[in-house]
Amino acid sequence: MIIYLKLFWEFFKAGLFAIGGGMATVPFLQEISRKTGWYTAGDLADMIAVSESTPGPIGVNMATYVGYTTVSRLFGPVAGILGGILSTVGLVMPSVIIILIVARFLEKFRENRYVNAAMYGLRAASVALISSAGISIVLIAVFQVNTIEEWRSATIDYRCFVLAAVILILTRWVPKVKDLHPICFIIASAVIGIIFHMSVPL
Amino acid sequence: MIYLELFWAFAKIGVMTFGGGYAMLPIIQREIVEKKKWVTEAEVMDYYAIGQCTPGVIAVNTATFTGRHIAGDLGGICATAGVVFPSIVIITVIAALIRGFAHIQAVQDALAGIRVCVCILVFNAVLKMWKKAVIDKVTLALYLVILIASVFFDASPILMVVVAAATGLIVKGRAAS
Repeated sequence: MIIYLKLFWEFFKAGLFAIGGGMATVPFLQEISRKTGWYTAGDLADMIAVSESTPGPIGVNMATYVGYTTVSRLFGPVAGILGGILSTVGLVMPSVIIILIVARFLEKFRENRYVNAAMYGLRAASVALISSAGISIVLIAVFQVNTIEEWRSATIDYRCFVLAAVILILTRWVPKVKDLHPICFIIASAVIGIIFHMSVPL
Repeated sequence: MIYLELFWAFAKIGVMTFGGGYAMLPIIQREIVEKKKWVTEAEVMDYYAIGQCTPGVIAVNTATFTGRHIAGDLGGICATAGVVFPSIVIITVIAALIRGFAHIQAVQDALAGIRVCVCILVFNAVLKMWKKAVIDKVTLALYLVILIASVFFDASPILMVVVAAATGLIVKGRAAS
């Protein structure tokens, strides 16, 4: 029972403080993983991939995925479904409450200089937090270490670097290809992973 | 029954949106502005702007706004439930399947490849946001401080968000107007 309350509360906090779109929830998910051990940094990368490849807002997908996997690991799949729903409700509830309040004085809110001033700082914070989450995912996905303190035991697997470089080029500089949906790159990477047995160290 | 209609319209939007809030804008425009004529183009843009500066998922914020506009607070809640509903169903099914197959070698290989891809997707998202967020010395300093604090000192993201909002208010709160 307590796990449901904990999930709800953790996602409620994420929903309240994650500002500026889908990836903004990632740093909070990382904090949850660090505090509770419900899932690993590697699981988080898988969650991002699943969320990017399925319809719906990424934050919501992540909440459902985390809630389901966390609870079903402990108490089985049926309990997991409720875990997914409660996490999602937790994530969504703060913004629903805030929007229903803000909608009552829409114009004033948008032009309020304090809101704009706070946003000026918050946008920078959001990018910094997502960058930090990105660094942890690079550590786990490319260097096979869990934290930056373990950098001495990092592995250098050239397959990861080559794959990363190819995707970077395809998604940034190749005309037409770079506008493809992320799911295309995710599927291609899965195929490459299977062909080169990427889960087996060299 | 307007509540069911809102739920259904936003469930459709939830299914059709791949890849987060911004991908949703054209679909919202088609369904809610052009077909249903529930709100105007300008109102949708307002919702988006406010969705960006209030906490939470942008798609959800827009759904709440539109639902409330049409049918009051309960309408807002129904529209939100609608936009979230398909994700809950689809993700639960996928999560259940992944747990069943996770031990297979090919699945682990695929996930190893996918994780590398995710690094680049996050990097691209950061670059896109960077251009709008890091615009002067103050925001650059904030960016660096928060990045270092969270990479090396495991700083709480909630604390960082509060510090950033306070910095914004101190730097821009008085100067404006």
